[in-house]
Amino acid sequence: MFWEVTIDLLRGFGTTVEIFALTLLGALPLGLIVCFGSMSKFAPLKWLIKTFVWVIRGTPLMLQLIVVFYGPGLVAAWAEDIANPNFIISWLASWSVMDRFTAVIIAFVINYACYFSEIYRGGIESIPQGQYEACQVLGMSKSQTFFKVILMQVVKRVIPPMGNEIITLVKDTSLARTIAVYEIIWSAQSFAKSDGLMWPMFYTAAFYLIFNGLLTVLFGKIEKKLNYYHN
Amino acid sequence: MAILEVRNLHKSFGSNHVLKGIDFDLEEGKVLSVIGSSGSGKTTLLRCITSLEKADSGKITVNGNYVFDSENEHKLTKEEIRKNRLAVGLVFQSFNLFPQYTVLKNVTLACELQAKKRDEWRKNKKQILEEINSNAKDILAKVGLSEKLDSYPCQLSGGQQQRVSIARALAMNPDILFFDEPTSALDPELTGEILKVIKSLAAEKMTMVIVTHEMAFARDVSDHIIFMDGGVIVEQGDPEQVINNPQNERTKHFLNRFKENS
Ligand SMILES: Nc1ncnc2c1ncn2[C@@H]1O[C@H](COP(=O)(O)OP(=O)(O)O)[C@@H](O)[C@H]1O
Ligand SMILES: [Mg+2]
Repeated sequence: MFWEVTIDLLRGFGTTVEIFALTLLGALPLGLIVCFGSMSKFAPLKWLIKTFVWVIRGTPLMLQLIVVFYGPGLVAAWAEDIANPNFIISWLASWSVMDRFTAVIIAFVINYACYFSEIYRGGIESIPQGQYEACQVLGMSKSQTFFKVILMQVVKRVIPPMGNEIITLVKDTSLARTIAVYEIIWSAQSFAKSDGLMWPMFYTAAFYLIFNGLLTVLFGKIEKKLNYYHN
Repeated sequence: MAILEVRNLHKSFGSNHVLKGIDFDLEEGKVLSVIGSSGSGKTTLLRCITSLEKADSGKITVNGNYVFDSENEHKLTKEEIRKNRLAVGLVFQSFNLFPQYTVLKNVTLACELQAKKRDEWRKNKKQILEEINSNAKDILAKVGLSEKLDSYPCQLSGGQQQRVSIARALAMNPDILFFDEPTSALDPELTGEILKVIKSLAAEKMTMVIVTHEMAFARDVSDHIIFMDGGVIVEQGDPEQVINNPQNERTKHFLNRFKENS
């Protein structure tokens, strides 16, 4: 029985890791774009992005999952009732056939991009003005300044908060279950339902702990590597 | 012809009129010290000349080239401004070294980026990099840091860090080197090593403008002294004259207060 449960949980955990990896893949770069948007000198763009980030960070991820998955379907139902739906409504309605896994990835990527953007922003804003000025008097261009001088310092500063956020992401993947995506918690729950077994649920903790343990070690290594200097 | 000409320079921050018409000339190979109480506009003056700040009106020329000219602003292209900017170097009060790079790399980085624009870069990459490296090592030797090439800024004392930043500015081979209170962030026992380096540069006829509160040093090293107060030059002239025998009441007041404090 133990092996049977382990195999099944591993299968569920595969989905967990998949959600984790795809979210990182999408949210790390998207976060940088959101970050630049929120620091834009063009005020309307800046405030639009800031408001969006505020909404995403101020509401539960579980709610966002539900909106992403069920929202387009509701729009589609409504679109059928009105005579000439405009293109925005049609576009939203076209998403109503989206599969559950895609919905999870979209919601997670948007949510985490917003969190990451704030971490990036904190990192970039913590670089003293003097660094930019030193580059300027040495005749460096804006992109040389960013890529040769600023970026490395930002990376060093965002690694610790990034590590925390990424460990939170591992645990947040269990929310996918809200819209019936089969991940590890769901898989454990099915044992409780069908066989009346509670222990597989507790057993899932081991999977999370091992995975987060590995991530902690990895981040520790990166931090150590960047510790050859301090500001 | 003067290597630096500043004409009727004005600068305001909002309603705060900080520079109220600054005029002076500096000859090649000469050292100018700028003294004055905090808030009198000394830093703003240096920042306008080194293009970190844009003046509101007036003219600045370095080596006869306009760095700033409020009457013909549109005529200066970005590339020209950047080129003119390279004619001046600035040493900051707070060093502003690049923490992630070694001492040597701090000095060579900007030179390397500059060299990439040269036509021979592709053909002679290796040779150019070697030249930059050996030039940087020579300069670091001159400021007494040959032993520290591979150290990181955080491993150095404040005085050593400031010497690296002087070397970094020198490596760009500027026509004029500006210092904004180069010893103010240092412990008193470390100021001597910086003043010594600046004196040795003066002996080599490096053209320099130094904002400083070290009155004795200013008197000894400079060819000319400017005393600023409230955004104008109140008094200027021969160092002995200004420091030992000031004519203006405000200069006297400032120097007296200074003697009391130190
Ligand atoms: N970036 C800035 N924005 C607004 N006010 C400034 C700025 N920089 C300097 N000032 C003001 O300009 C005045 C002169 O400052 P500064 O040039 O730093 O004087 P000093 O270097 O002689 O102490 C001060 O009143 C200061 O508050
Ligand atoms: Mg100042």
